Amino acid sequence: MYGLGVLKGMWVTLVHFVQTFVDDIQWAGKRYYTPEGIAHRSSKDTKGIFTVQYPEEKLPMPEEFRFIPFLVQDEDEHGKLHDRCTSCGICAKVCPPQCIWIVRTEDPVTKRPVPEPVEFFIDVDICMNCGYCAEYCPFDAIKMDHDYELATFDRHVQNIYNKEKLSKPVSYYSSIRPANYAREEAVRAAEAAKKAEAAAAKAAPAAPAQ
Amino acid sequence: MTEQTATAPAPTAEPTELEKRFPGALKRDARPGYEGHIVEVSKLREVATAIRDEMGYDYLSSVTAVDYFSDVPNANNFIEVVYHLFKSTGGGSLVYKVQMPRDKAVVPSLIDIYPGADFQEREAWDLYGVKFEGHPDLRRILMWEGFDGHPMRKDWKEPYYEEDLKPFKNRWPEGQVYRIEDHNPFGKNVKYPVGFDPEGFKESADPALYDSLERAARAYTEDIDTEQVVVNLGPQHPSTHGVFRMAVRLDGETIVALKPVMGYLHRNHEQIGERNTWIMNMPFTDRLDYLSSMSNNFGYALAVEKLMGEKAAPPERAQYIRVIMAELTRISNHLWAIGFLLNDLGAFFTPALYAITERELILDIFEATTGSRMMCNYFRFGGVARDFPAGQLDKIKDLVLERLPRKIDELDLYLTQNELVRSRGEGVGVVTPEEAIAYSTAGPVLRASGVPYDIRRADPYGIYDRFDFDVAVRYHGDVYDRYMIRLDEMRQSLRILEQAVKQIPEGEVMTGKNPYQVRVPTGEAYGRVEGPKGELGFYIVSNGKANPYRYHVRAPSFINLTILEKMCVGSKVADAVVNLGSIDIVLGEVDR
Repeated sequence: MYGLGVLKGMWVTLVHFVQTFVDDIQWAGKRYYTPEGIAHRSSKDTKGIFTVQYPEEKLPMPEEFRFIPFLVQDEDEHGKLHDRCTSCGICAKVCPPQCIWIVRTEDPVTKRPVPEPVEFFIDVDICMNCGYCAEYCPFDAIKMDHDYELATFDRHVQNIYNKEKLSKPVSYYSSIRPANYAREEAVRAAEAAKKAEAAAAKAAPAAPAQ
Repeated sequence: MTEQTATAPAPTAEPTELEKRFPGALKRDARPGYEGHIVEVSKLREVATAIRDEMGYDYLSSVTAVDYFSDVPNANNFIEVVYHLFKSTGGGSLVYKVQMPRDKAVVPSLIDIYPGADFQEREAWDLYGVKFEGHPDLRRILMWEGFDGHPMRKDWKEPYYEEDLKPFKNRWPEGQVYRIEDHNPFGKNVKYPVGFDPEGFKESADPALYDSLERAARAYTEDIDTEQVVVNLGPQHPSTHGVFRMAVRLDGETIVALKPVMGYLHRNHEQIGERNTWIMNMPFTDRLDYLSSMSNNFGYALAVEKLMGEKAAPPERAQYIRVIMAELTRISNHLWAIGFLLNDLGAFFTPALYAITERELILDIFEATTGSRMMCNYFRFGGVARDFPAGQLDKIKDLVLERLPRKIDELDLYLTQNELVRSRGEGVGVVTPEEAIAYSTAGPVLRASGVPYDIRRADPYGIYDRFDFDVAVRYHGDVYDRYMIRLDEMRQSLRILEQAVKQIPEGEVMTGKNPYQVRVPTGEAYGRVEGPKGELGFYIVSNGKANPYRYHVRAPSFINLTILEKMCVGSKVADAVVNLGSIDIVLGEVDR
C-alpha cells in the first residue's frame, strides 16, 4: 500500500513520544536534577528525553576526562607545598602545539640545576588538551584537570597561566582521579621499598651470604 | 630525471616484471627503505596506461609530491611525485614515482587515465607547485588564487614562523612566555611577490572559477538557446556539512556544470605535521575527520608502525581494543551520516536526533576510556594509550549486544521504506561501478555502486582477518543505496564487535615503554585503513630523525568529492544538496 512506509515511520515517532511521558511518570519526578536520573538517562536503558539540562544538570565526569593541565604539589609534614616538577622539560618537548614554557634555574654555587622550576607557563588558548604532558611526565608532576568552565572576558592576559595558577595540591589530584592516584602511589611505594632494600643491602656489605 | 645517484639499482637485483616490460623507462627505487619504481617523466603516461590496462591496477589511491630539499650548496634537490595504485579486486600496492628538478617541476597529468587524479593533482600543484601538463582545470584548490608560493615546499615559511622543527628551543630551559603575535606583529614578515602592488590588487579566484564553469558547460547542448546562470551554493548552507561551496551553472533548474570550492578550513595540516615530531602528530590526526578520530589514529599508527617494524607490533589485547574502537567509531560516524542525510532529504532533525542519541552513548565510552569525546588521541606506536577503565568493557557489551542492534533496526523501520525518502533518493546521483573506481571514490560511495572493495578484506590490516563479516555492497549507486549501505555497514560492524568483545584477551596494551620520542628508521610507508568515510591513507617519509620528512594524508572525504560534479550534472539543483549529503564529508578532512 502506498503510504505504508510513512505510517510506519510515524508509528516510531509516536512510540518515542508516548515513552517520554511513560518514563516521566514511572520516575515520579526523580528523573531530572537527580544523580540517579542523570545516570539512568545516559545508560543503555534510556528512553524518553535524553538531554541533560546544562548548567542546572551536569554529566558526571569520568576519571580519565582531560582538560588543561595542572601542576601537582606535595605537602610536607609542616604543611609546606613543594613542586613535584623537576623542570626536566619533557612536557615542553612533547607538547604538540608547544604551549608550555619552563624556566629552570641552577644553584648559584654548585651550578647544578635546581629541581623546581622558577616559572612554568601554559598558554591555555594554544593547549589542545591532548594529555601528552601528563602521560609522559616521569614524576607524575603534571596532570590533566577536570575543570572545563574557563570562560573569561580577556584572552590576552588571563589565559596565560603561570605557576601559581597552575599549581594544585596533591589532595585535589587524588580527589579527581582516585584510581590513577592509587595506582601511582602503589608504584611509588614499591619503588621506595626496593630502594630501602638496596640501601640496607649496601649498608651491611659484610653480612655473610646465606 | 636521473640526478639522484642513490637511485641506481643494486647490480645483483633481479629485474622485476615491470622492468622487463618497460626496459629503459623505469628503474627500481633502491634508496634504503623505499619501494616501487622510478619512471622517466617522458614515459609516465605510457607506463601508467599499461599498468592500468595490462596489470589491472585500476584504482589510483593516492597522488602526492615530496620535496627533497636541502639548503647546503650543491645539494641534490628534486621534487618527486608518488603514485600509489591498487587493484579493485584486492591486494597490495604498486608504487611508482617520477622525479624532476624543483624549478622545472612539470609532469604529464594522468587525469584521463585516472579521473580520480583530478583534485589530487590540483592539490600537488597548489601545495608543491608541480605543474601537471594536460590537466584541464589546474587551479589552486586549498589556497586561494593569487597566493604567493607553494606552502608545502621545504623552503617556504609561514607568517609567525618560529623554527623548522619542534620542539622549539626557546620553550625550555629558559622559557619566557610570549605570544607569537606580539613577537612577530602583522606586517613584519609579510613579503609581497616581486612586482606586486597591493593597491591595485584584483581578486582572481572567482573569475578563474567561473571561467572553468563556463568551459565545463560547453559540453552541454540543448535545442533552445536559453541563458545559463551561475549560482553559488555556499560557503556554508548546503545543509551545513561545513564551510563548503559549490559553484553551479544552471540551465533552468538543471545543473550543467558544478565546481566544488574548498579550503575555507585549510590550515596546512601536512606542513604542521612535518614540523611536529612523530608522536605529536597523533592528536593532530584527531582533527582531520573529527567525527571519527579513532580511525584517523589507527591509520597514522599503522603507517608509522610499518616503518618501525617488529619492535612496534602491538600486543594482542591492544589489537582487539583497536578494532573495537574503530568499529564503534564507524557506527557513530554512520549514525551521524544517516541522520544528516535524512535531514538533507527533508526529514528534518527527528531522525538525526534519534541517531545522535546512540552516538552519544558511544562517545561516553570514548570519554571514559580516552579522556575526550571526540579528540581521542588514543593510539600509540605499538599499542594504545591505556586499557579500558573498570566497567567500560561491560558497558560496550551492553551497547553492542543489546541496545545498538535494536536501535539500528528502529532507524531502519523509521525511514527506509518511507515513500518520500525513496522517491527522493532512488535513481538520484547514480554512479556506475566503472566510474566509482575510475574516480577513486572510496568507502560507502564505492560499495554502494556495486564494487565490493573494503580494505578490511581486500588488504587486511590489524587483526581484521580473524573476524567473520561480510563486505556490505549495494548495486544501484544512487543516493538511496548510499543510505542503505551505511545501515548494512553498521550491522556488519556490530558483527565484528560481537566477536571482538567476546574474544578479547587479558594482557598488556602497549609494546615497549611508550617513549616520548620514537626512533623511526629511514624509508617510506603508506598505511591505509578503511575509515568510515573510505580509504584513509597516510604516506610518510622518514629520514631517520625525530620529525617526519613527509607526512601526507589521503583524505577520503576530499577525494570522494571528485565525483560530485559527475553525480550532479544533468540533475536538478535540489539534488545537489542530497548528493553532497550522501557522500558524507567532513570539512576538517577535506580542507586539512
